[in-house]
Amino acid sequence: MITNKLIEDASYEIMRRAAIDIPEDYLNGIKSVAKNEKEQLSSFVIESMIENYEAATEDRRPMCADTGLPRYYVKVGDKAVFDGGFTGIERALRSATARATHDVPLRPNRVHPLWRTEHNNNVGINSPEVEWSFEPEADWIDITTVHKGGLFGTDYRMLFPGDGIDGIKRFLLDTLISFGKRGLCCQPAIVGIGLGGSKDTCMQLGKQAACLRVVGDRNPDPEIAKLELELMELGNSIGMGPMGFVGSSMAVDLHIEVGYTHTGGMPISVHTFCLSSRRATARIHANGEIEYRTDPKWFTPYHRRDTIGWEE
Amino acid sequence: MLNKVSLDLPASPEAIAELQLGSIVYLNGIVYTAREGVYDRILNGGDKLPEGLRSSSNVNFHCSPAAAPQADGSFHIGGVTATASFRFSKYLADWLDMTQTKILIGKGGLTEKDYKEILAPRGAVYLTTVGYGTGALLGRGVAGVEAVHWLDELGIAQAMWMFRVKDFGPFLVDSDLEGNSLFAQQGQLVNENIESLYEGLKEPALHRYGETRDRKDELM
Repeated sequence: MITNKLIEDASYEIMRRAAIDIPEDYLNGIKSVAKNEKEQLSSFVIESMIENYEAATEDRRPMCADTGLPRYYVKVGDKAVFDGGFTGIERALRSATARATHDVPLRPNRVHPLWRTEHNNNVGINSPEVEWSFEPEADWIDITTVHKGGLFGTDYRMLFPGDGIDGIKRFLLDTLISFGKRGLCCQPAIVGIGLGGSKDTCMQLGKQAACLRVVGDRNPDPEIAKLELELMELGNSIGMGPMGFVGSSMAVDLHIEVGYTHTGGMPISVHTFCLSSRRATARIHANGEIEYRTDPKWFTPYHRRDTIGWEE
Repeated sequence: MLNKVSLDLPASPEAIAELQLGSIVYLNGIVYTAREGVYDRILNGGDKLPEGLRSSSNVNFHCSPAAAPQADGSFHIGGVTATASFRFSKYLADWLDMTQTKILIGKGGLTEKDYKEILAPRGAVYLTTVGYGTGALLGRGVAGVEAVHWLDELGIAQAMWMFRVKDFGPFLVDSDLEGNSLFAQQGQLVNENIESLYEGLKEPALHRYGETRDRKDELM
């Protein structure tokens, strides 16, 4: 039996880890980007960020004080047994958010959009967001938290099939240039592109592509995988580095996720996951054991299925 | 190599005059945070400046710290990161006049026009945080909280925090007393390449407002 307490403990711990420890895949990614960076100012920025990751881990303090909008992705195995029902899980996640906000501390960013009132704990109406996914055969629950800033670096556009790859390239350039200037999107970033679905799915897919896949991971469709690499190169050929300075470091990686869409359209979203790409995952096993990792493993073959049923 | 400078605060006019675009700066002394919440209360709401602000600090940091109140009334400061400054442009002339602030620190700078028309004539310069943001390195540089104002009214993110800082940085000098801007200079260099990126890419079928500013235009 997976208890609510276990879920809350694990969620509290991943809140702390996400805020403080840079995921290793991103660290390796940024180091290899730094090797190719020829410009002095851009190189200085990246070196400072690498020092900052070390300071965060040593001092156990957040890498970035804008600890974003903390949120959760929960994947529940078909055979997982847990108490308190789904609302019990949601209560545990909200409680972990409030406690971690005080203890880590995270910045209490969340306010009412109109009245600007707040509870100083990142909990409120529709926050933290919780997205759900399921996994056949599994008896565990995976909880991932992502702390991503919320102001810059994301855009959506309805393209049409005739706009083709050119349309995708133009929109990617538009987005990276507009938010890359002065470094508002905190590049070099993991860029996520959502293609297809309906408008809301498209936004969700792009965000998940940026935040829930690790540097170096490729889409299982070989043609999409090729496009990921091509578009990453396009991003890095803009001539822009961190803070919008002259440089070659815009994207540490680029991920594309797709969803079946309206036959007349090709909606696209672009998201950038920042220099402090903050994510952490806990797997809570049926026996109560908790394993921590930085790869969310969100996009399982089941999650990306295109059939009615599912047989592995 | 980039030039590195350590500044004692309040910063003297001579020290500010010597700052060069692209130099790396570390600060020692008192720095205060203020953003739209504080600006509105004082410039539009009639609240008074905290006593002694002018004499103790001439550095305004556009920042919301990750801070937590402790049981004994003190504060635990974790990370410290700037917020984007361009949004506060409209307050700054009055604010600099009222507070005699000479250094603004934030994310992403202001326009060169603001430097030439608002900051430089008042003997003020802009430092940008690096990254963004080096929250842990800056958090290390905060030696203590001297005072916090309007915490109940504005909350942790918008309150005015008075930080005692030591080796607080790194920052990069974005503007000088002539109103030049490092971001603008770098941006112009980046712009030289931009047209070529779009060469050969066909226009999308449906346009958007923003691509044309005339709302009477058809977008197809």
